[in-house]
Amino acid sequence: MQRYSIFSLLRHAIGGHTTWAPAWRSPPLKESYDVVVIGAGGHGLATAYYLASEFGITDVAVLERGWLGGGNVARNTVTVRSNYMRDASIPFYVKSVSLYEGLTGELNFNLMHSKRTMIDVVQTYPKMRELRRRQLTMDIYGSTYEQISTKEVRRRIPALTGGGPDARLPVIGGMVHTDAGVNRHDAVAWAYARGADARGVELHQQTAVTGLLRGRDGAIEGVATTRGIVRARKVAVAVSGHTTTLTETVGLRLPLRTMNLTAFVSEPVKPLVDVVVNCPDSGFYFSQSDKGEMVIGGAPDMGQSFRRDIKQHVFEDTVTAMLSLFPSFKKLKLLRQWGGHVDITPDASPIMDETDVPGLFVTAGWWGGYKAVPAGGLTLAHLIAKGEPHPLMAPFTLSRFRHLDYVMESGTTTAR
Amino acid sequence: MMLIPCPFCGHRNESEFAYGGPVKPDRPAPHSTSDEDWVEYLTTVPNPLGPVQERWWHVKGCGTWLTIWRDTRTHDIVERPGDAG
Repeated sequence: MQRYSIFSLLRHAIGGHTTWAPAWRSPPLKESYDVVVIGAGGHGLATAYYLASEFGITDVAVLERGWLGGGNVARNTVTVRSNYMRDASIPFYVKSVSLYEGLTGELNFNLMHSKRTMIDVVQTYPKMRELRRRQLTMDIYGSTYEQISTKEVRRRIPALTGGGPDARLPVIGGMVHTDAGVNRHDAVAWAYARGADARGVELHQQTAVTGLLRGRDGAIEGVATTRGIVRARKVAVAVSGHTTTLTETVGLRLPLRTMNLTAFVSEPVKPLVDVVVNCPDSGFYFSQSDKGEMVIGGAPDMGQSFRRDIKQHVFEDTVTAMLSLFPSFKKLKLLRQWGGHVDITPDASPIMDETDVPGLFVTAGWWGGYKAVPAGGLTLAHLIAKGEPHPLMAPFTLSRFRHLDYVMESGTTTAR
Repeated sequence: MMLIPCPFCGHRNESEFAYGGPVKPDRPAPHSTSDEDWVEYLTTVPNPLGPVQERWWHVKGCGTWLTIWRDTRTHDIVERPGDAG
């Protein structure tokens, strides 16, 4: 792997930037691998990377229907945080946030990680009670959460001029989560891809998996793709919203519903907001990107959806809520909108487990899974390599539904 | 924007409706069904890439509950699969 540095930049600049080697290879597709990972998104690429780097399993293929990093890892709002509620969840996300903070060095790729703090703007007392309850649990696991006054909220977010005493929902205070940050989603996908490739993992784009294959013994045998059959005794499904579509090809039903989560982005403006702002009572959150765009996230659609755009009335609701707190934003023009397919479980916590089909692993139910990419990849790689769950992922089994032992989570998306 | 056909009010904007979830199979009798079937009934709903049958409540209109088939790829309200033609 060629190292990226100021010196390599200067050296290649002399050659007019025509001398860079490709960031990863494009090898021919083999007939079999030790492990096949379906989906070259955040979780799939991170799993492949940690399989090779932590567990020495390098005969791995990552199969991707479209292009690498073009799915949900590119369709989120890049917020990285660990302010969850449950004892099962918080250590997992604390680990993920700390891994993110070291990734730029580990992968020799600038993720532009900006640990810029998230502030929850709270407008109802039940929400304030819930967030303070989260604070007590988070204190145990070393995540940061602290209550601040309305005055302090307004000092730190000067653009917050709505929500005064006469508003229907006046701002009553805020919570500060200093571990939170944003980074660059493309860089996350490319850095993991490059790191995995350098350790021998093969990345195959434009290779759609059309079905899973089971052997006579019932165990997984491989996958059928648009480029032929690829055999593997271990297959990991990391395809977010399409998880059930794939697992149902071997008759496996999972407790997942695919929904569409709203996001859109404004034109770039001068620096205005230097934290991630989350308004859970109004149902929206945003941060300002390095380019100056407001990256805004809203609520999910009602009903299941495999569409990748947003619904007009969900969009209007989000904008209306946002303008009630940030009236000056009404002058902003919007540039782009997108939705991401997320598959949600009955308890809103993820599933990372081997399924009833031996050798078939799923990582699914990621409702806001961008922040979980490093820890999700690391723990799934542990499970695939060692056959037993990593302690951090142990609560997120598939069998918890069998025992109705839910990990009910209220911290999954920022806007809830 | 979906126009949902209400049997009393005609086609109305989806913002007048509340979503009632996908239609599940009939509730099994809890005492005569296996634990696996019971858990599957409680936790697992159809999640098709295509038409799904679901319930909507015309909460900001006449208050009736209705059932439609909707294509999850397009949000088009469609005929019951298999019935068309």
